[in-house]
Amino acid sequence: MAKPSGTRSVKVYLGMLFLLGIAPLLFQWTNQPFLLDLLSRGLIIGIAALSLNLILGYGGMISLGHVAYLGIGAYCVGIPAYYDIYDGWIHLSLAIFTCALFALITGAVSLRTKGVYFIMITMAFSQMIYFIFLSLEEYGADDGLVIYARSEFPIWMNMEGAVSLYYWIFGLLILTLFFIHRLVRSRFGRVIIGSKYNDLRMQSLGFNTYGYRLTCYVISAVICGLAGVLLGNFTSFISPEMMSWTRSGELIFMVIIGGAGSLFGPLFGALSFLFLEEALSLITIYWHLIFGGLLIALVLFGKGGIDAWLSKLDK
Amino acid sequence: MDWNLLISQLVNSIQLGLLLFLLASGLTLIFGIMDFINLSHGSFYMMGAYFCGSIVAATGSFFAGIIVGLVGIFFLGALVEWLIARQLYKENHLDHVLVTFGLILVFDALVHIIWGPSGLSIPLPDFLNGQIQLGSLVFPIYRLVIISGGLAVAGILYLLISRTRLGMLIRAGASNRDMVESLGININRLFLFVFALGAAMAGFAGMLIAPITEATIGMGNDIIIIAFVVVIVGGIGSIKGAFYVALMIGFIDTMSRSYLDDFLELLASTAAAETAAPAISAMLVYVLMAVVLAFKPTGLFPPTAGNR
Repeated sequence: MAKPSGTRSVKVYLGMLFLLGIAPLLFQWTNQPFLLDLLSRGLIIGIAALSLNLILGYGGMISLGHVAYLGIGAYCVGIPAYYDIYDGWIHLSLAIFTCALFALITGAVSLRTKGVYFIMITMAFSQMIYFIFLSLEEYGADDGLVIYARSEFPIWMNMEGAVSLYYWIFGLLILTLFFIHRLVRSRFGRVIIGSKYNDLRMQSLGFNTYGYRLTCYVISAVICGLAGVLLGNFTSFISPEMMSWTRSGELIFMVIIGGAGSLFGPLFGALSFLFLEEALSLITIYWHLIFGGLLIALVLFGKGGIDAWLSKLDK
Repeated sequence: MDWNLLISQLVNSIQLGLLLFLLASGLTLIFGIMDFINLSHGSFYMMGAYFCGSIVAATGSFFAGIIVGLVGIFFLGALVEWLIARQLYKENHLDHVLVTFGLILVFDALVHIIWGPSGLSIPLPDFLNGQIQLGSLVFPIYRLVIISGGLAVAGILYLLISRTRLGMLIRAGASNRDMVESLGININRLFLFVFALGAAMAGFAGMLIAPITEATIGMGNDIIIIAFVVVIVGGIGSIKGAFYVALMIGFIDTMSRSYLDDFLELLASTAAAETAAPAISAMLVYVLMAVVLAFKPTGLFPPTAGNR
C-alpha cells in the first residue's frame, strides 16, 4: 500500500523531521531532560518499527520475533563491553554481522513456510534467542548486564552526552527512512511488494522471490540490529526481558497503529505507543487493560492507522 | 547411573508432555478448523488456574474447584469466541495476532485487578499431598494425578473425535472446512464448541499445574510458545500429531535439562559443559522444529493428506 505522497504530505513529513532535529535544543532550553530521554527511546523503537515495516508492511511477512534483533544488537554492545572492549566500530560491525547471519539462517528456514507457520516459526526462533540469553550465566542471565560506558567513537562523533546520543539516533533514523524510501521504489522493492500480493505471479514473471524475500528479511534484521546497538548504549542496562515475544507483539502493534506499508507510519506508531504508555501509566497502574482494549477496538473498527487518518485530514 | 533420578525425570517429562498436549490439542483444533491464530490461548491456562484457586478457597474442595472451574472456562471461551474471534475468521492472520495479543493484555490486567499482583496458591487435599512408594522408588502422588488426568482427557478427546458424530464433523472441519459448510452443517455452532472445548482443556492444564507452581499473572505466556511449537511440528489441525509431539518435546526438554551437561562432559571440559549445556538445552526444542520444518514444511502429521 505504498501511498502516493502528494507534495503537501512531503512538507508535513519534512516539517516533522525538522522538529525532531531541533528537539534537543528545545528541550534543553526548556530544561526537560526527561522528554529528551523519552524521545530518544521513541526514535530507537521507531527505527525498529520501521525495519519491521519493511518486511511486514511492504513484504507481507508477519514476523512475531523481530525484537530478537533488537536484543542481539544490544548484546553486541553489552558482551564486548563486558570484556572491556568499547570500540564502537567493533560493536557496530559485530551487530551487523551477527544479525545478518542469524537472519540468513533462520530466514532461510522460516521463508520456506507460509501464513500461520511463518508467524509461529519467527516467534519460536526469537524465543530461542531469549532462552539462550536467559541461560547464559556468564552474561548475567535473567539479571541482565550493565554497560558501564558507551561505545567509543572519534571525538567529533562520540555518543557520550544525552544530546550527542540523540543525534546518533536521529542520524540513523534519517538514514533508515531514506534507505527504505529508495528501496521500496527500486526494482527490488517492487518485487517484494509484488510478492506480497501475488507470489505465484511474481515467480511466473521469472523472479526468484524466495531470494528477494530472504534478502529483504536480512536487511530488515540488520537495521533492527543497529537500533539495538543504540538501545544498548541508551539504556546502559540490557536483559533478556527486552526480547520476550510480547515485545515483538508490541512492535507489530506500533507498525499497525502507525500504518503498515507507509514510510513514516511506523515511526508515528512507535512514538504514540510510547507516549500513550507513559501517559496512561501515570493515570492508572491498569493501563494494560486500556491498551489491550484499544488494540482490539482498533482492529475491529478502524483501518489504516495514523498515517491513513493524517492523509484523510490532508484531503 | 542414578536410576531413581532417571525414573523421576521420566515422570516429569511425561507430565510436561501431557500438559503441553492439553494446551496444544485445543490450539491445533482452533488453528486447523477456524484457521484462527489464538495467541491468547495461554490466557485460558492462566484463567483456569485462577478460577480453580478462587473456588477452592471458597468451597474448600479441590474437586469442586476443578469441575466448576472447567465449566467457567468453557463459558469464558464461548464468550470470547462469540464476542471477538467470530468477527475475525474472515480477516487475515495479522488481525488475529493483534486482537489476541490485545486479549492477553486485557486478561493479564483483569487478573491483576481481581486477584492482585501476587500469585494465588492452591492448597491440595491431604490425600493428594503425600508420596507413594513403589519398590525403592518414591513418587509424589499429585504428579501421578496430573499424568492420569492428562491421559484421561486425551482418551476422552480421542473417543470424542474418532467415535462421535461431533468428532466426525471436527475431523472433517480440520481437513476441509468449506466442504463441511456446504454440506449444510451449522458451522457457527461447531466453531463455538471447538473454541470453548479448547479453552476448557487449556484451563484444565492450568488447574493441574497451579497447585505445584501457584497461579501467577502471565503464567501462560511462556508455555504457550512451546505449545505452538508442538502444533507446528505435529501439523496444524492434527490431534494425533499434537499428542506424539507433545510427549516427544516434553521428553527432550526435560531430559536435556537434566542430562546434557553430563553428556557434554564426555566431549569437553566440565566448565565448558556447564556453561554450554543450559544454552543448548534451551535451543534444542526450536532446533528440532527448524529441522522438521526444513524437511516437512507442514509438520509431521498433516491432517490434510488426501486434500489439496
